[in-house]
Amino acid sequence: MTNTRTMRVLQAAAGMLVLAAGWQILSVVFPHYLFPPVPEIISRTIEILITGSLLTDVLLTAMRIFGGLLGAFILGGLLAMVIGQSKTAENFIAPILTFFQGIPALSWVVFAIIWFHGIEFRVLFIMVMTTLPAFTFQILDAFRSMSKDLFEMTMAFRPSRWTLFRFLIVPTIVPGILTAWKVNLGNAARVVVVAELVGATGGVGYQLLRQQQLFDMAGAMAWTLQLVLFVLIVQQTINAIENWALRYRAVSERAM
Amino acid sequence: MAAEPVIRFNEVSKTFQRPDGRGDFVAVDKLSFEIAKGEIVAVLGKTGCGKSTMFNIVAGLIEPSAGEARVIGHDPFHEFEFFRGQIGIVFQNDRLMPWRSTLDNVRLGLQILDSDPKQADETARRWLARLGLSGHENDYPYALSGGMRQRVSIARAFAVDPEILLCDEPFSSLDEMTARDLRAEFVRLVRQSNKTAVFITHQINEAMEIGDRVMVFHRPARIAYETRLGGTTDAARRAIREDIMRVLSVEQSPA
Repeated sequence: MTNTRTMRVLQAAAGMLVLAAGWQILSVVFPHYLFPPVPEIISRTIEILITGSLLTDVLLTAMRIFGGLLGAFILGGLLAMVIGQSKTAENFIAPILTFFQGIPALSWVVFAIIWFHGIEFRVLFIMVMTTLPAFTFQILDAFRSMSKDLFEMTMAFRPSRWTLFRFLIVPTIVPGILTAWKVNLGNAARVVVVAELVGATGGVGYQLLRQQQLFDMAGAMAWTLQLVLFVLIVQQTINAIENWALRYRAVSERAM
Repeated sequence: MAAEPVIRFNEVSKTFQRPDGRGDFVAVDKLSFEIAKGEIVAVLGKTGCGKSTMFNIVAGLIEPSAGEARVIGHDPFHEFEFFRGQIGIVFQNDRLMPWRSTLDNVRLGLQILDSDPKQADETARRWLARLGLSGHENDYPYALSGGMRQRVSIARAFAVDPEILLCDEPFSSLDEMTARDLRAEFVRLVRQSNKTAVFITHQINEAMEIGDRVMVFHRPARIAYETRLGGTTDAARRAIREDIMRVLSVEQSPA
């Protein structure tokens, strides 16, 4: 199993190396302001990580992503529980969420700028509105996939609502919640940049806007890599949590 | 004065709406019977005859459409709180929570009943030991065989020390050797603890092996044949077996 994992890591690294090599070749063929050399991009990336004032922008974006996702998760979880227990609530709420899903992230940015003054609230609003439907539907799906057999078995012991929630519902929806976080994380990282690009004075999106104004491709790549690195680190953290939380599954099942 | 029966059905009926919405179908039809304390009653009938519906009514999982069901003198569906810890159920499949270890699965009922954690732990370990599962406390269900998983579910049912045990074809998915061992173990445990048990099965041999009394259901669920088995001779048991087979062979076609 360790060999398989090592092989997988090596293959992934090889793919990235090929991509970097391709970029480096382009940097030889084209001017550096279009395709800066890979070492320059790496050096600018490291510079951001070790310069306090620049790192603050990365952390600010990370906080915005987490804040937005947490808000959407809490709200989506509550909505999913309400929808899951009432067909009337579903008929009322589900079409609204589906409607929201059809609204482009950029439209939410425009709405937020028109409606609200505070930058942080604008970004939070955009993040919540763009990820709320997906969180709600994913948690709802997980809730609905609850085993009827296990529900009957648990009910035979006559649990309180809280006990039922703690012992049956939470463990049932945990895999769905983790998947929802993984899916929405990538989405949130893209949306936050758009929100910061248009309506913020700090963060990765704001810095990307500055690089565009300076026509600094190496800087744009370095700031983009910050976001990619952030998403990768959080994804791996969620994967680790998932492996721990779902350790009860057979190894073959988990590997699927 | 005769003791109050532990389970009493008085003309209980249960009707379900057909999934396609075209009318209703009757699963239980004016079913009446009584089960005394300490009795093991085997309920026999063909698949789909309403045995499990009757089982679910006793367990309080569904409400009768008509008639009266009383368990320990109470309404099992409406008096939710009263039945906390009163009924232990062993289902056809083990229904173990896959995210809980063997020990935690056995502890589940005790945790729901807010038992002292230390005592719950001891009780769960004791039941696992009685069912030959010592050393598997920390295993997850996926790591256990079918027979072991069903033993865990039996331990879970007994651990809460219920007044009544309901078993819905608990050994039907196991191989014959494992099923025979578990049946014997189950009867021994029920007798030792003087519990009342309702054992649903579709196998005549199993019903006669386990029950003090056998009730044969026709479709929709109503008693077509009933007999006591205690103290009967081999010849009498053979005659009973033939009677049961005859009753089952004249099964009505579904409504």
